[in-house]
Amino acid sequence: MSTVDQAANAARFIEDRPHEQYFDTLMWSLREARDRSAREVPEWEELRDLASAIKEHTLSNLAEYLEQFEASAKRNGVTVHWAHDAHEHNHIVADILNRHGAKQLIKSKSMLTEECEMRPYLENRGVTVTETDLGERIQQLDDEPPAHIVGPAWQKSPHDVARVFAKAYGSDPNNDDPVYLAHEMREHTRALIVKADAGMTGANFAVAETGAIVTATNEGNADLSGNVPKLRICSVGIEKIIPTNRDLAVFIRLLPRSSIGIPITQYTSHFRAPREDGEMHVIFVDNGRSDRLGMEKFWPSLKCIRCGACMNTCPVYRRSGGLSYGSTYMGPIGIIMMPTFDIRRFSELPFSSTLSGSCSNVCPVKIDIHEQIYAWRGVMDEKHQIKLAKKSAMIAAGEVLSHPELYRIATFATETALKLLPRFAIYNDLNAWGKHRETPAPAKQTFHEWFKENRQKGQKE
Amino acid sequence: MGPKGGVAMQVGLVIPCYLDVFYPEVGIATLELLERLGVEVDYPFDQTCCGQPMANSGCESDSRATEEHFIRLFSRFEYIVIPSGSCTHHVRNKFIAAPPSPEREHVSRHVFDLVEFLHDILKVTQFPWSEFPHKIALHNSCSAIRGLHMASMSERVHDSCFNKPKALLEGVKGIEFVDFARHDECCGFGGTFSATEEAVSARIGYDKLGYMEAAHADYIVSSDMSCLMHLQGCARRLGSGMQFRHVAQILNGDRQ
Amino acid sequence: MGIREDILDRVRRNQPAAVPHPNVSDFSRIAKADLIETFRKALAILAGVLIETPPADLGAFLRKQFPNAKNICSAVPEFLGNSKPEDYANWADAASIDVTVVRSPMGVAETGSVLLSEADLRVNTIGFLAHDIVVLLDPEKIVENIHAAYRHPAFSDKAYSVLMTGPSGSADIGGKEVHPAQGVMTLTVIFWREPAKR
Repeated sequence: MSTVDQAANAARFIEDRPHEQYFDTLMWSLREARDRSAREVPEWEELRDLASAIKEHTLSNLAEYLEQFEASAKRNGVTVHWAHDAHEHNHIVADILNRHGAKQLIKSKSMLTEECEMRPYLENRGVTVTETDLGERIQQLDDEPPAHIVGPAWQKSPHDVARVFAKAYGSDPNNDDPVYLAHEMREHTRALIVKADAGMTGANFAVAETGAIVTATNEGNADLSGNVPKLRICSVGIEKIIPTNRDLAVFIRLLPRSSIGIPITQYTSHFRAPREDGEMHVIFVDNGRSDRLGMEKFWPSLKCIRCGACMNTCPVYRRSGGLSYGSTYMGPIGIIMMPTFDIRRFSELPFSSTLSGSCSNVCPVKIDIHEQIYAWRGVMDEKHQIKLAKKSAMIAAGEVLSHPELYRIATFATETALKLLPRFAIYNDLNAWGKHRETPAPAKQTFHEWFKENRQKGQKE
Repeated sequence: MGPKGGVAMQVGLVIPCYLDVFYPEVGIATLELLERLGVEVDYPFDQTCCGQPMANSGCESDSRATEEHFIRLFSRFEYIVIPSGSCTHHVRNKFIAAPPSPEREHVSRHVFDLVEFLHDILKVTQFPWSEFPHKIALHNSCSAIRGLHMASMSERVHDSCFNKPKALLEGVKGIEFVDFARHDECCGFGGTFSATEEAVSARIGYDKLGYMEAAHADYIVSSDMSCLMHLQGCARRLGSGMQFRHVAQILNGDRQ
Repeated sequence: MGIREDILDRVRRNQPAAVPHPNVSDFSRIAKADLIETFRKALAILAGVLIETPPADLGAFLRKQFPNAKNICSAVPEFLGNSKPEDYANWADAASIDVTVVRSPMGVAETGSVLLSEADLRVNTIGFLAHDIVVLLDPEKIVENIHAAYRHPAFSDKAYSVLMTGPSGSADIGGKEVHPAQGVMTLTVIFWREPAKR
């Protein structure tokens, strides 16, 4: 697969100004909601410190906690499976469904199942998969991937959603009232829910001491998916483990506030054991996480609790739209995770950032996101993933800027100054800066020249 | 307020490459301001750049020679002053291309943004020669806020508010600060990002200008000329009459 | 080597240097006298309804609140509904319930949440497939915050437990929470003393 050109995708998104403005305004309002919510919790920064430390402690003892969870789960009558990668995960799910003759699967939101591309895999094997999360369902009906990890359909305005539902459900295309649209979803999905023969959830957290899978939803669709059918499957990334219920409390307070600025999601649910007359399966998925754990600079990205706050605050994400990243995870956290899945395909993502640092400061688990973004740039250089034209410009710049005489020759002549200094920034196109901005005019005299004329007599050098 | 003690403080002055070529007046204002305050300013003539453009592109190996050159020129100074938050942040926190050495460490620990130097070291509160009777929108760069902690950031809702550039500018007669929306959102420059992802960069800049104009500012002021270079480019393309000044120029006595 | 062993082996080899397990405190700050007020405000934020004085005649109250309800499923001894949880051998059939009446053993002031588990619901789906839900809660059983809540044994010994706050909602369209969504349309909490234990 070719390298994702996030910049070009973003440029296209920006061309649709009303849409871009709608999205930027919506995302910023979520950032503001997060700020208001955090203000209500005087111990907010202490909770962030705790959350970060709990995750770091857990990840530094991950094998032990995975084993503890497995032992707890087994005691509770849960079957625990292990999958190296996406393919193994999908195979395990298909196998469980097949053994039960299950063909109608309902599922709540799981970014992990998106990562594994599970839906097409199952659909190719005759399983009907119904997303019960409203945002996921909208994207499913529109055959588009999620644009945000918390609100998969947030890139669509209510009007866009009305159009999708009109096509899929025959509802009123001109009624874009979210209450009406949520009602349409309810009406059409209820029938699919009650006749489902298997249910899947993801996991926001997996508590080692109790063996419980924790989900946080507003709709209650994980509760529906996990309780209506007798067969329950939970897909869990190995990094989702936390040690105890006492630890869980910290995350339950941080997650919804960071995400959308509410004190708690309407259904915060804990699945510890199967229904008395049912079965519960937990599938632990590695898919590159154990490798990432060993990356000295990048393992803290595994602390992520999928709150999306980094996306909401990122000035670049808000103007680019989530689909521009061409990846399962997008925005700041996506930039530091995706290269671990495919370094070539996502080699340009680390440059889709102004390094503002806002993300790191809203992250509830204090991932040093912007510093990892910077570090990934260095990795791309080391692994020769930087475009030739850009690399050549950097080599040239490095030469000129380390030789004072060369530098002064280049800058004293004003025409060459204009060509030199922006060149290392505008490696591909001298016009890039000038597409939407006026270029600064070089001064009549550089500071060097002024200093030479006016001050140098008093100085040795 | 003059320098501490009887002996004039000696400072190694860094004028970043883009100021050198495009905004020498900011360098001149910085030099004159420091001299007014009784500081002995040394400007190593062979200086070029701090290496940030290459390093920010991930090309650490290409910035190594430039960094080493910088270290050679400046390691003898107790105070290295730069009228640029992004350059200061780079030298203080990201100077890793050159191999570790006592000189490299010295340089990182002794570099100051001009505002930091005035506020924290010289502790200047008055600029009696200055007057700037205008409405200004003060823009603090991301490097200044989140890299150098020169001002509190909106993300940390419980921190007490502080703003070093503002504290200095409050010593200027007649100045008026306007409040504008999204006051510490990034301006969109981002170094090489401004060209590699120019559509997004310009869009963020246009938005930022919009908020500041909506607050009826006549000037946009910052301690980072790189942000202003970008915003000025946007403003001129949009036909806006907005004016741009570096903090040094105002503190040094520019009337407009 | 089996997949499990292989994954655990990789994890063990790659684990970063050990970081200690921090101690999490209780963050207790709300006075007992303010618990109810805090609960009331928090529940309202997520569109829950609070009835602070238990109605003398619960049946009459329900008929008034839900005039179109034909099937009221009661999981509580205080009220005899049209059905009880045990009537739903097929858990999906709970979709035919108009109103579920259930008791919660604990409320959380900070968030306006009520705890429910299979001990209270017996058939879990009566809590989500019903059109509306009414929850009896002893106000003495309101704890201060989430930290206090997670001390409840249900989270360690129940097969399924949920902190439910208000009715179902969604912010997936337009980014602002709207109610209801796929679960219950309304959630009403009635303060109602727990029967004295004999």
